[in-house]
Amino acid sequence: MKKLTVACTALMLAVATGASAAPFKYDLPAETAKLRPATGPGFDAAQNNCLSCHSPDYLAMQPPKLGRAFWTAEVAKMVNVFKAKIAPDDAKLIAEYLDANY
Amino acid sequence: MDRRTFVRGLGAGALLGSGLLAKGAAAQAVKLPFASGERVLVKYPQKRALIQMTARPPQLETPFSVFNEGVITPNDAFFVRYHLAGLPESIDPDTFKIGIAGKVDRPMSVSLADLKAMDAVEIIAVNQCSGNSRGFFEPRVAGGQLANGAMGNARWKGVPLKVLLDRAGVQAGARQVRFDGLDVAVDPDTPDFVKSLDIDHARDGEVMVAYQMNGADIPFLNGFPVRLVVPGYYGTYWVKHLSEIMVLDSVFEGFWMKPAYRIPDNACACVEPGKAPAATVPIGRFDVRSFVTSLADGGAVKAGENVTVRGIAFDGGYGITDVALSIDGGKSWLDTRLGTDHGRYSFREWRRVVRFAPGEHKVMVRAVNRIGQSQPRAPLWNPAGYMRNVVETVRVRAA
Repeated sequence: MKKLTVACTALMLAVATGASAAPFKYDLPAETAKLRPATGPGFDAAQNNCLSCHSPDYLAMQPPKLGRAFWTAEVAKMVNVFKAKIAPDDAKLIAEYLDANY
Repeated sequence: MDRRTFVRGLGAGALLGSGLLAKGAAAQAVKLPFASGERVLVKYPQKRALIQMTARPPQLETPFSVFNEGVITPNDAFFVRYHLAGLPESIDPDTFKIGIAGKVDRPMSVSLADLKAMDAVEIIAVNQCSGNSRGFFEPRVAGGQLANGAMGNARWKGVPLKVLLDRAGVQAGARQVRFDGLDVAVDPDTPDFVKSLDIDHARDGEVMVAYQMNGADIPFLNGFPVRLVVPGYYGTYWVKHLSEIMVLDSVFEGFWMKPAYRIPDNACACVEPGKAPAATVPIGRFDVRSFVTSLADGGAVKAGENVTVRGIAFDGGYGITDVALSIDGGKSWLDTRLGTDHGRYSFREWRRVVRFAPGEHKVMVRAVNRIGQSQPRAPLWNPAGYMRNVVETVRVRAA
């Protein structure tokens, strides 16, 4: 926050005076959401594969109890469309974990 | 719908609107009125506390009470939508440039100073997420689960895209213009967020390369230092951190144009729930929407006294001509008085004084635009959860 305030102030000054502005940096607040805890390899597979590209709230906001077919298709979309590097065995475990916990 | 949980959520939103939560350190919980609607209010730099849909990439929804504050949505309350988590870490406005290339006679790069030296235009225009209100779809669909807060109305200042394209000299045979911003995917193999408009649309003089929003620099999360403004069109085309304008002699079919962001190719952009459309087209203009902003669902009003009910309406750019209000669940409809006309792309305020008899009332609002388009009484459905515009209902108890 402080860094941003400084950056904002510098920018406003620069605009006001026509002077050179510092590069504008933006610091996102810390993430708080976590994957729903579960025992077993599916949780580990999700932890290791999903969270490099997005926060776990993407999972929790989906309507509840969509079922195995839905989650299998979602994981397949991550692999085939978004090119996530998820091994087929892990993909299956992740879909099982999501079906059981979301 | 569980009305009590909705009221709790609105209560937090109302508190937020009054500023009482502004200094709260712990995240406030809100519950959007659909299953899996649990959210937290999170304060981001340059923003007031907003409803966090996702943290990475950041997706923030405007608490609905904000829309009762005025017809312009403040920058610090404006919704945020990213697709990919590779946000630019740092942007230097002194060295930032937009490249213009492809089927043009004079490829060029334009700095922020260049843009600001050109004749500026301003427009007040609504930006709305294609999936605004997706959480209310029944049957539910996958995607960002938003209530009604992924929209906002701002005064945009910038340079018409047409001016830039004319300077570059669009060549014969150009069919589309493709737009890319500085945000990227975490994995370089993920399709980058790139969008396109038909050449005639891009040159209509209204599509704008904007560098100001409500008289200030565009907030970082809304596309600092420049974003594309496509009046009347869904937010998916409003590319943030705009860095590349490419004129094409073909129709661009990258992932975010096809198969993403497509609607059924029919008049209602709808299909029978659960069915797949036979053919699709890229999503385009907003449909007609209207909202009550002065009453919260599940709220209380004074019986037997004059109550001013007000709200907002907007459409894809034909302009709102009529807004009708019902306080008896749609059995009868009352005229409303429209507020100041800020242009055909803006929210239009409406208001009406009514008296409620004691008891429960279903308050409904329905708008019509200049070409006679209106809103359906029953919600329409499509598999992606886009373009919801059902006649909204707010339930109040008068005592």
